[in-house]
Amino acid sequence: MEDHISLLINNISVVYSDVIQVLKGVSLAIKKGQVVSLLGSNGAGKSTTLKAISGLLKPENGKVTEGFIEYDGVPVQNSSPEEITRKGIIQVLEGRQEFKYLTVEENLRVGTATRWGKPYQKDLELVYHYFPALLARKRSKAGYCSGGELQMLVIGRALMAHPMLLLLDEPSLGLAPILVKEIFQIIRRINHEQGTTLMVVEQNANMALQIANYGYVMENGKIVLESEAEELRENPDVKEFYLGTAASGALKSYKDVKSYKRRKRWL
Amino acid sequence: MPKFQFHPCGNFKESYFKELTIFETDFGRLWLLIGLALLFGIIPFVSGPYTLYILNTVGIYAISAIGLNLLIGYTGQISLGHGAFFGVGAYAAAILATKAGFPFWAAVPAGGIMTAVVGIVFGLPSARLKHLYLLIATLAGQFIIEYVLVQWDSLTGGAEGIVVTNTSLFGLDLGNDRTFFYVIFVCFVGLTWMAVNLIRTRYGRAFIAIRDNDKAAEGMGIPIFPYKLLAFAISSFYAGFAGALYAYYTMSITPEPFNLWLSIEFIAMIIIGGLGSIPGAVFGAVFIVGLSEILSHVTEYLMNVGVSTSVAITIAPLREFVYGLSIILFIIFEPKGLAEVWRIIRSSFRLWPFSY
Amino acid sequence: MEFFLQLLVNGLSLGFLYALSALGFVMIFKSSSVLNLAHGELLAIGAFMFLALSAWANLPIVLAFALTLAGTFALGFVVERLFLRPLIGESLIEVIMLTLGLGIMFKGLLLFIFGGDIHDYPKFLPEGLSLQLGAIQIPSVNVASFIIGIVFVILFGFFFKYSSQGIYMRSVADNQPAALSLGVHVRRVFALSWAIAFIVAAMSGIILGIINGINVHELSAIGLKVFPVVILGGLDSIGGAILGGVIIGLLETFTGGYISTSLREVIPYIVLILILMVRPYGLFGLVEIERV
Repeated sequence: MEDHISLLINNISVVYSDVIQVLKGVSLAIKKGQVVSLLGSNGAGKSTTLKAISGLLKPENGKVTEGFIEYDGVPVQNSSPEEITRKGIIQVLEGRQEFKYLTVEENLRVGTATRWGKPYQKDLELVYHYFPALLARKRSKAGYCSGGELQMLVIGRALMAHPMLLLLDEPSLGLAPILVKEIFQIIRRINHEQGTTLMVVEQNANMALQIANYGYVMENGKIVLESEAEELRENPDVKEFYLGTAASGALKSYKDVKSYKRRKRWL
Repeated sequence: MPKFQFHPCGNFKESYFKELTIFETDFGRLWLLIGLALLFGIIPFVSGPYTLYILNTVGIYAISAIGLNLLIGYTGQISLGHGAFFGVGAYAAAILATKAGFPFWAAVPAGGIMTAVVGIVFGLPSARLKHLYLLIATLAGQFIIEYVLVQWDSLTGGAEGIVVTNTSLFGLDLGNDRTFFYVIFVCFVGLTWMAVNLIRTRYGRAFIAIRDNDKAAEGMGIPIFPYKLLAFAISSFYAGFAGALYAYYTMSITPEPFNLWLSIEFIAMIIIGGLGSIPGAVFGAVFIVGLSEILSHVTEYLMNVGVSTSVAITIAPLREFVYGLSIILFIIFEPKGLAEVWRIIRSSFRLWPFSY
Repeated sequence: MEFFLQLLVNGLSLGFLYALSALGFVMIFKSSSVLNLAHGELLAIGAFMFLALSAWANLPIVLAFALTLAGTFALGFVVERLFLRPLIGESLIEVIMLTLGLGIMFKGLLLFIFGGDIHDYPKFLPEGLSLQLGAIQIPSVNVASFIIGIVFVILFGFFFKYSSQGIYMRSVADNQPAALSLGVHVRRVFALSWAIAFIVAAMSGIILGIINGINVHELSAIGLKVFPVVILGGLDSIGGAILGGVIIGLLETFTGGYISTSLREVIPYIVLILILMVRPYGLFGLVEIERV
């Protein structure tokens, strides 16, 4: 794995509608070919961080007010999503935003928008190779697919764009544990076989840290902890708050967690 | 209760009553009185017949535009049939005056009330329709009313129309522009006063709530369907009232002027004037009537200046062009219309020499 | 019986014209949910552009037709860029009113340039196309327009179903944020949908012009006739628009033939109100499929 930095976020602030500050000085770096996971509770600013990278803040009336985001050494903050996706950064939105009235295969073909006019047959085969479940359903409307199939569909759709950096927003949302496992295995395979750099935002810290090389923890719009994934897994606070096990490693009963009572201060 | 002499530089209201006052300062009331004095004491005597004619037209259209603004601007129910309602009022008054011998003072309000009933009928689709579908339903209403006006020969006189007779009010002859000026503008002031006050009652607030989010309004206990119908009724009452005045003013009516184009003109008035603003509707009426007068003068001038008549005739469509263009420009650059421009001008005077 | 059949044929061909006129309208609505009140004027623009090129500039028909399509396509881009782009994200009524303004403006402009008279295209259709079905005669213009119309419907059907650009357009209509996240150029899609709608409108305008003669007032009135058609069919369905057009066409000719000619013009609107009272989303309009 080469030590080249793919994406660098330096001290960015994101403000929605000119009044609501969501990110307060977030910095992170993603090396090429790495899997980085971003953990944090609801409203910590994980999705906003992803949207700041992919340029999708603009339709929501948000913008990066301070700091900069560099991709391959080129500043990309506040660029339009059309430009950013053409640089190879593709975000998979939270909550499986499929195109309901399009068939599965048409959904996948929308993924070719960044390189319109080029052949895509090979890519379709690749996606069906990773997600054989989609092949069986390729002619049916996406609106009638199950949650697991949809998650595969939206990841596959992003793969069609030949991403260099793939941003996954909560791929495990609302899926059965066995499906979560399957999806994460495929994500890891994509990383290994295609060399795609991945950034995974997750609530399911356990899964995320298993496939990640490096991890960040966010709270209240700030990065509060970062380190190698193994280290993070061993960190007693992460264990208690995100992995649900006591420092000793044994499963902890829920009534002892008490994290809702005393909020951990990190710094 | 202390009244402000000047605008306070913040919100110091202590009661809902204060929040609801129309004029915050005595100064505003003074201006109103000055304006009324000008309107009734001076303008009719200094203006010639042509100016009076324009002012009367503005007054009639303004009444109707206020009604439409109550419906579109305040209640959020888009209607493309206002011109037809205007026509219904005109015909109702004319028929009552000629066939039933109603005097002026009874025929005009009666025309308004009959139009309100028609408005309720054509407002019925609003029970189930919203936005685009409602717009199209009112468009259908426009065509159906036009059809009835032309086809119901025995009552409306068909394409020939009706000549309104019996045009006197308490012995005053209404054929005179100046007399009619008083009639129109007394009605105008009264109806404007009603509209302004309507907005600050529970009915007005319910209208605004329905416009902003009808589901939420229903959740707060506003029975939205009756209120929508009420909005249709009030709005068509204004249109019918104005139409009745129009019938008396022009003395003879045919179905032709009450076409879709008139509806479009009314909508143009409230968009250019400002949606959801009573003064806006008045500004819009002034603007549209003024614009079409100016454009017809330009055409006439070109004819007199020696450009051949055929050119002058081909220039006439430019009127429509300018109409369309001004609607577009207002929507793109000043979506709140002339009312907002007026507010900006006024407040820049008030705040001078500071910018805010 | 013969009268009935003649009415049936007339109704079908009229309905087909309505359907054709409604196509461009549905296209704009489908991709950007804009209710285009200027549609009649779009028809007229195409018809007059073809008139100017074929009758006045004396270009060969095929070249004039191609130039008209190219010209309206470009015009669609320009109109979208100048007038509709600034309003993306504004409320519905403002956009509708803007199209209303556009319509009035175009109409004024067309009247200014071409006047209010009826113009005619030079004759260019082969005579052999006319059909004789028993006692009923179908003139060759109708046959030709039917063929052209069908070709266009099929072409656009294929475009939306199979071409990448067509799929991108549908994806934007379906889920805009997702389309953005995949790099679909949403603004370009809007522009493209207007350009295509201009083309389709031009094509329908030309066909209408061949059959009825070209007149600004008449064409812009047909723009209003589009409403009952699309409401019947549901605002977002191309198939529905065709069916709606045929129903309205039949309704009009039969009312005109059996009841009264003056009722003919209003009957679509009366039926429209009745239908809306019973089915607020039109006969074939999709009540939004919601899946939680």
